[in-house]
Amino acid sequence: MATMLDSYVAEAERAASAGRQGDPTWLMETRRHALERFTALGFPTTREEEWRFTSLAPIAERRFVLAKNGASALRPQDLDPLRLPGTTAATLVFANGRYVPAASDIRGLPPGVRIDSLGVAMSQPASAIEKHLTRAASADRHAFTALNTAFLLDGAFLSVPDGIQVETPIQFVFLAIGDEPETVAHPRVLVVMGAGSKASIVESYSGAHASPYFTNTVTELFAGEDATLNHYKLQQESAACAHIGAMYVRAARNSTVTCHSISLGGSLVRNEVIVVMDGEGAECTLNGLYFGDGRTLVDNHTTIDHARPHCTSREVYKGILADHARAVFNGKIIVRPDAQKTDAKQTNKALLLSEDAQINTKPELEIFANDVKCTHGAAIGQMDEEAIFYLRARGFGEHEARRMLIQAFAGDVLSRIPIGTLGARLDQELMRRLPGEHR
Amino acid sequence: MSTSTQVVQDLARREYKYGFITDVEQDIVPRGLSEDVVRLISQKKNEPAWLLDWRLKAYRIWRTMKEPTWANIKYGPIDYQNMIYYAAPKRRPSLESLDEVDPEIRRTFDKLGIPLEEQKLLSGVAVDAVFDSVSVATTFKAKLYELGIIFCSFSDAVQNHPELVRKYLGTVVPYSDNFFASLNSAVFSDGSFAYIPKGVRCPMELSTYFRINARETGQFERTLIIAEDGASVSYLEGCTAPMRDENQLHAAVVELIALDDATIKYSTVQNWYPGDAEGRGGIYNFVTKRGKCLGVNSKITWTQVETGSAITWKYPGCILQGDHSVGEFYSVATTNNWQQADTGTKMIHLGRHTKSTIVSKGISAGHGQNTYRGLVKIAKDAGGARNYSQCDSLLIGDQCGAHTFPYLDIKSSTARVEHEASTSRIGEDQIFYCRQRGLSTEDAINVIVSGFCKEVFRQLPMEFAVEAQKLLSITLEGSVG
Repeated sequence: MATMLDSYVAEAERAASAGRQGDPTWLMETRRHALERFTALGFPTTREEEWRFTSLAPIAERRFVLAKNGASALRPQDLDPLRLPGTTAATLVFANGRYVPAASDIRGLPPGVRIDSLGVAMSQPASAIEKHLTRAASADRHAFTALNTAFLLDGAFLSVPDGIQVETPIQFVFLAIGDEPETVAHPRVLVVMGAGSKASIVESYSGAHASPYFTNTVTELFAGEDATLNHYKLQQESAACAHIGAMYVRAARNSTVTCHSISLGGSLVRNEVIVVMDGEGAECTLNGLYFGDGRTLVDNHTTIDHARPHCTSREVYKGILADHARAVFNGKIIVRPDAQKTDAKQTNKALLLSEDAQINTKPELEIFANDVKCTHGAAIGQMDEEAIFYLRARGFGEHEARRMLIQAFAGDVLSRIPIGTLGARLDQELMRRLPGEHR
Repeated sequence: MSTSTQVVQDLARREYKYGFITDVEQDIVPRGLSEDVVRLISQKKNEPAWLLDWRLKAYRIWRTMKEPTWANIKYGPIDYQNMIYYAAPKRRPSLESLDEVDPEIRRTFDKLGIPLEEQKLLSGVAVDAVFDSVSVATTFKAKLYELGIIFCSFSDAVQNHPELVRKYLGTVVPYSDNFFASLNSAVFSDGSFAYIPKGVRCPMELSTYFRINARETGQFERTLIIAEDGASVSYLEGCTAPMRDENQLHAAVVELIALDDATIKYSTVQNWYPGDAEGRGGIYNFVTKRGKCLGVNSKITWTQVETGSAITWKYPGCILQGDHSVGEFYSVATTNNWQQADTGTKMIHLGRHTKSTIVSKGISAGHGQNTYRGLVKIAKDAGGARNYSQCDSLLIGDQCGAHTFPYLDIKSSTARVEHEASTSRIGEDQIFYCRQRGLSTEDAINVIVSGFCKEVFRQLPMEFAVEAQKLLSITLEGSVG
C-alpha cells in the first residue's frame, strides 16, 4: 500500500515540475500541501465510518499512472452521443483531464462571462481563481480531494459576473480516451457565480475503456448572493471505471442551487456532494438517480450543512439495483446552532431488482437548533406485485409492466431535468441497461 | 418575563424528587478490579466453578478491550480501579414476610411511592425488589411456582436452577460482546431470573425495582428471561436513584430468549439521577439489552421510557432468528439540562418473513443531546422480511441537539424497509391553540408532549404508563422559555 502511495507522490512531483514554468507560487504551494496531506491520510479503509461499506481495494491495489494528454486521439464522433440536445452556450471538452481547444466551442456566451481551461486561467496572475480554488474543497481531510489537488494541472473554469444570466446550458465534457490500461485522470472544475447571476452547467463523464481506469474528480461551485445555479452531473463511464467524484458547493445569501447527479456507469463509483448553506435564505435541491448492475458498487454520500438560518433544502435520491450490484447511500443533514427556521427534507428510495442486490442506507440528521423542520425518509423494496398485477389485468405483459414501473420510479428524478430532451435521453439509456433488455 | 415563562422555568429547575440516601450497613469488597475481586464476588455468592470460570474468561477478555468511543456522548475518563464492585446489605432480611424487611429499606420504598404491600394487594404485581445488589424481598413466588414459573433473583437461580442458567447464560449477549457487557459478565452482582415453562401464560406482570444506593458502587445487574414454547410473559423494570455528586456507573446486561410461539414483553422506566442543572453528577447508564427470537412465531417487545441518567448508552435489540418472528421497539428518551442519550435499537432479521417495528421518540431540552442510533439488518436469506421505523425528535429550547443515525443494511430483495424521521419543535401555533382554549402554557406543552409520546405509552402496562407520564412532566414540561 505504501508503495502505491509513493508512486502517486513521485508522479505528482514529476507532473508539478513539468508544469513549473509559469505556475504561480501559491499554486505550487497548494499542490505541495495537498500531496503532503494525501501521504498523511492514505487511502481510506472500511474501518473509517465514511467508507465503512465501500472497499477501495480496486483502486488501492492497482498502480494507476497519469493518463496521457488524449487530445490527438480524440475523434469528433466520440463527442456526438454526448452533445446536449438544443443549443448550448458553450462546450468545453477534456480528454483524460486535459483541455482540447479544437473540440471546444465557447462562442454562444454573453459578453463578460469568462470560461477557460483551468490550466491557462491558473497561470495568469492575481485572478479570481486564487480566491476560490480549494477554498470549498479542502484537501485536509479528504484523501481523494487531496490527491486531485496534488495533481491540479487542468480542468474547467467558469466565472459569471454579477447580474449576468446565461440562459442556455454550458457543458463540460470529460472523456477518458485511449486504451492504455490502468490510467488515472484528475479532472477539476471551478465555477464562480457572481451576485444575481444565473447559469446551468452540465458536467458529463464518460469513457470507452475496456481495461481498468480511474477518474478522480473534484468540482467546486460558488453561488453568489441571489445567484441561480443548476448543475447536472452525468456519470456514464465504462464498466471498467473506478469513478470517485467530490463536489463542494457554497451557497451564499438567497442563492438557489440545484444539483442533479445521474450515475449510470462505472464499476466502483463514489459520488460525494457537500453543500454549505453559507448565507441566510439560501435554497438547495439535490436530486440523484443511480443504477447498478453486474458487480457494480455505487456509493452516494451527500451532506447538506445548514450553517445559517432560514435556509431550505430538498433532497430526493433514487437507486435501481440489478444483478449483484451493491449500493451505499449516506445522506447527512447538519443544522448548526443558531441556524433557526431551517427547513430540510430528504427522501431516498431504492429498488432491488434481484435477489443478490444489496444496499446500505444511512440517512443522518444532526440538529443543534430548535426552530427547525427536518425530515428524512428511506424506503427499500422490490417491485410492488399489486401494481404489476394491476397493469397485467389491463393487458400489459409482465416484462412491460415491470419496465413501466421502473420507468415511473426513475422518472421522478429524470423528469426534473429541464434541459430539452436530456431527461428523455437518460431515460432511454437507463431502460436499455435494465436486465432482460437487448443491449 | 411573562408569568407562564416563570412557571415553566420554575418547573425546569425543580429538584430531582427521588434523591435521598438510605443508611444501611453494607458488606463491601475492596476498591478496584482484579482477578481476586472477581473470585471474591463469586465466592461470596457461593457460585459453582463453571460460573467463576465464565466470569474469569470475561474479565480476561475485558482487560484487552478498549472503551468504545463511537457513541455521540462526552464524558470524562472512568477510573475502573477506583470503584467498588460489590455491595450487599449486611443484615440480610428474611424472605418470609414483609414485616421482617429492614425498616430503613421499607421507608425508602415508601418514599418512592411503591410500598410493597400496596403493590401486592392492589396491583397484583409480584415485586422482586432489588436493593443495591441483593434481593430483599420476593413476593408471589409461591403462586408463580405452582404454575411452574421460576421468578427469583439471579443468585437464587444459580443456586437452585444451575442447569437453566448454564444453558442460557451468555447465549444472547456473550461474555465477549462489548466492553461494558464483558465488564458486567466479570463482576455482575445480582439481578432477576424468570423462566416460563411450555404453554404457560404468566398470570401477572413481573416487576423489579433496581436502586443504586451505596455510594460509589457500580451496579452490574444481570437479567435473564426465558420463555419456552408457547409461553408468554410481561416484565417491568423501573428505576430511581438517590441524588449523588459523583458519577456512578451502571452496566447492566439483559438477555431474553423466546422459543417457538413465545412472547416476551420487556418494559423499562428509567429515572436515575440525571445530574444537577450544571451537569454535575448523575448516573452513567451503559446497558446491553438483547433478545433472541429463537423459535418460529416468537415475539419480543421492548418498551422503554428513558428520562434519567446523565448519560444513556443503550440499544435494546432483537435477533429475529425464527421464521415469522416479530421484534418491536418503542422508546421515549428525554434529555434535559446536560443529559446525553445515545440510544436506539438493532433489529437483525435472519429468519424468513420476520417483522420488526421501531418507534422512537426523542425529546431534547436545556443543553440535552439526544441521539437515535439504530440498525436494521436484513440477511440474504431473510426473504419477505419487513421493517417499519419511525424516529421523531422534539426540540425544546435553542441549546439542545437531536441526532439521528439509522443504519439500514439490506441484503434481500424481497425485504421491505421503510424509515421515517422528523425533527421539529413545539409549534407556537400549537401552544397558541391550546392557550386559546384555556390551557396554561405549561399544560399546553404537557398535552403536546404526551400526544407526541402517545404511541409509546400505549405499549406500557397501566401502572407504568401513569408513572411514565408523571416522570415526563417533571423532566420536561417546564423547559420551554
